[in-house]
Amino acid sequence: MIYQGKQKIWSEYQKEIPDDHWFYVRSCIRQNFFPASEKMFLEICRNVLGKDFYETEHHTTCGGIAYHCDTIPQETVMTIVARQFALMTEAGYSNYVASCITSFGNYIEILETWKEFPELETRIRELLWKACRREFRKPDYVAHASDLIYKYRNEIAARAKYRLVNRHTGEPLRVVEHIGCHYSKMFPSKGVGGAEYPYVLCGMIESWGGNVIDYPERRHCCGYGFRQYHVKANRGYSISNTHKKFESMEPYQPDMIITNCPGCPYFLDRWQYAISEMEGKTYSKDGYGIPVFTYEEVASLVLGYDPWDIGLQLHQVAVEPLLDKIGIEYDPARKYEGIDRKSLSRPELPGILKCC
Amino acid sequence: MRENVVIIGGGIAGLEAAGQLAGLGYNPILVEKEDHLGGHLADWHCLFPDLIPAKDVVSTLVAGAASANIFTNTEVLHINRLQDCYNVMLSNGVSVMTKAVLCATGFRLFDAHKKEEYGYGVYDQVITNSDLEKWFNGIPDPRIDNSMMSSAGFVHCVGSRDEKAGNPQCSKVCCITAVKQAIELKKKFPEMMVWCFYMDLRMFGKKYEDFYISAQRDYGVRFIRGRVSEVSENIDGRVVVKAEDTLAGRPVRITLDLLVLMSGMVCNPKTVRDSGTVQFPADSDGFLKCRNSVTDFNLSAQDGIFFAGSCTGPKTVPETIAEARSAVLSIHNWFKGKQ
Repeated sequence: MIYQGKQKIWSEYQKEIPDDHWFYVRSCIRQNFFPASEKMFLEICRNVLGKDFYETEHHTTCGGIAYHCDTIPQETVMTIVARQFALMTEAGYSNYVASCITSFGNYIEILETWKEFPELETRIRELLWKACRREFRKPDYVAHASDLIYKYRNEIAARAKYRLVNRHTGEPLRVVEHIGCHYSKMFPSKGVGGAEYPYVLCGMIESWGGNVIDYPERRHCCGYGFRQYHVKANRGYSISNTHKKFESMEPYQPDMIITNCPGCPYFLDRWQYAISEMEGKTYSKDGYGIPVFTYEEVASLVLGYDPWDIGLQLHQVAVEPLLDKIGIEYDPARKYEGIDRKSLSRPELPGILKCC
Repeated sequence: MRENVVIIGGGIAGLEAAGQLAGLGYNPILVEKEDHLGGHLADWHCLFPDLIPAKDVVSTLVAGAASANIFTNTEVLHINRLQDCYNVMLSNGVSVMTKAVLCATGFRLFDAHKKEEYGYGVYDQVITNSDLEKWFNGIPDPRIDNSMMSSAGFVHCVGSRDEKAGNPQCSKVCCITAVKQAIELKKKFPEMMVWCFYMDLRMFGKKYEDFYISAQRDYGVRFIRGRVSEVSENIDGRVVVKAEDTLAGRPVRITLDLLVLMSGMVCNPKTVRDSGTVQFPADSDGFLKCRNSVTDFNLSAQDGIFFAGSCTGPKTVPETIAEARSAVLSIHNWFKGKQ
């Protein structure tokens, strides 16, 4: 591996990301999968870094999942997106940041399409007006939320209570980064670091003390792939893709995985349980598997938030071995208590994959 | 008094033209920006399909051009049109008045870094066709020397026939060059498995098809019709190549000790360093635009400016030499017409 070669590519795919004043739109599914990630994004941006982030309850799905499953006309998706832009315009913002990778790709694709086919934009404006009497300005800037944490990574590092370092050995943690397919594969120039060697998560990992692992199936889909999972008959493809990734990363003995997509952390986390039941195999020497995190969760951990307040008890793969490795304090007895101290009830433990 | 003819470029086209012009009684003035003559061929090992040593070809051409005035390490700064001749200003301070200028600036190899998915400059065991030729010529290369070398692959059409790379045209010689390099590798490492990943195999030249058949039959080189989609590195530092075998109708994944990217020919970005009154317009493929690509391929749109070799498009060595001779005949006839 020639690290300088990657640095050269990274230098060619840098984005001028505005520092402040963002209209934030949530993902359809992240709050179910990793419930504190979006909350922690706003907490860090607003209350730790003092930035202006606005969101509205009127925001809806972007239609991206249906679009990539070929179950919705393109004009419908565009009209939905036009409505989101109208909400941004009405709120007085011009910088638009999406929590979801597919939404981000969807917004970029639609804006680029309108650039090439202005008559289509005109038609969508007509459809939006007919549907809900709204008008919109196109955003000055569209970012993915991980772009912003990347931009603020050094500020977070400066405030960090913990680093991605094994406290027993002093060695940097070995971190696998997984980028959502819709982040930059369609428009490489829109992603930090481009499409082949994205830097957006690598930058966070390096800034927070970890070492990035590059492994042969790094670019491969996590296994979510909408037409793999959402079409029930295709779910075998979903788990086989995830299995392929884990087999490929296994020799590097990663300590953790960080992702920036709604589906990826879910599938990389949950399928480890399914693989362990099907194959009798886990991908860590201690039998606990490889913990998988969103970048907001990792940012929250290094800033010192309580692991249970950021929802890590919702993970399938136990996070405690990693917390111990870093030296993050936590109360095991609080794991299955909600923020209001009510019991979340204890899940049934799997047979093969070890849990705490 | 002998007429001056300025030749821009000391590659094989410029050398051949210089020798022929001198033989016809002209005063060729050859300007080469590098410190050596022979262009790309000076770094090449041997030539398809008969494996003739490239250095022998270059030596012969240099010897043939011995009577020419040759400036190496010299660039043409600009060319200005005067009333009945051109003033060619060189970077060494020399100014040459000439009625005829022969442009033989050749090509440059596509920068393989631009095909990021192939990992050139990122993964240690990914090299280019040019890197491999230098190693064949005895220049040590740790990427090859330190490897176990039990398997290697060649990726055809790197930066050619590729709209995404901005070069839709075929680079013409890469197919047969890959066959040649695969055979050379097999001669050095007989036990090695060698794979070629191609879109089409364009074996158009004399004995090329035989050479290609020989690569398969006599050397066991395996040809896979399908483009490489991505390259990565495994924990042992070997390269993992993903491609599609379009004949078998299935994806393939092969782990190799070495991957050679067949960088295609692209136009040289600048014929002269600064702009003078004489410009060199590019054709739609980026190469220099000749007056007529069928009958007047040696002529530019400007009177007294001639072309030879791959400055107007990808060419083989024999084609380049033939075109240099043709350009010399065009120049000679042009001077005769002036008398």
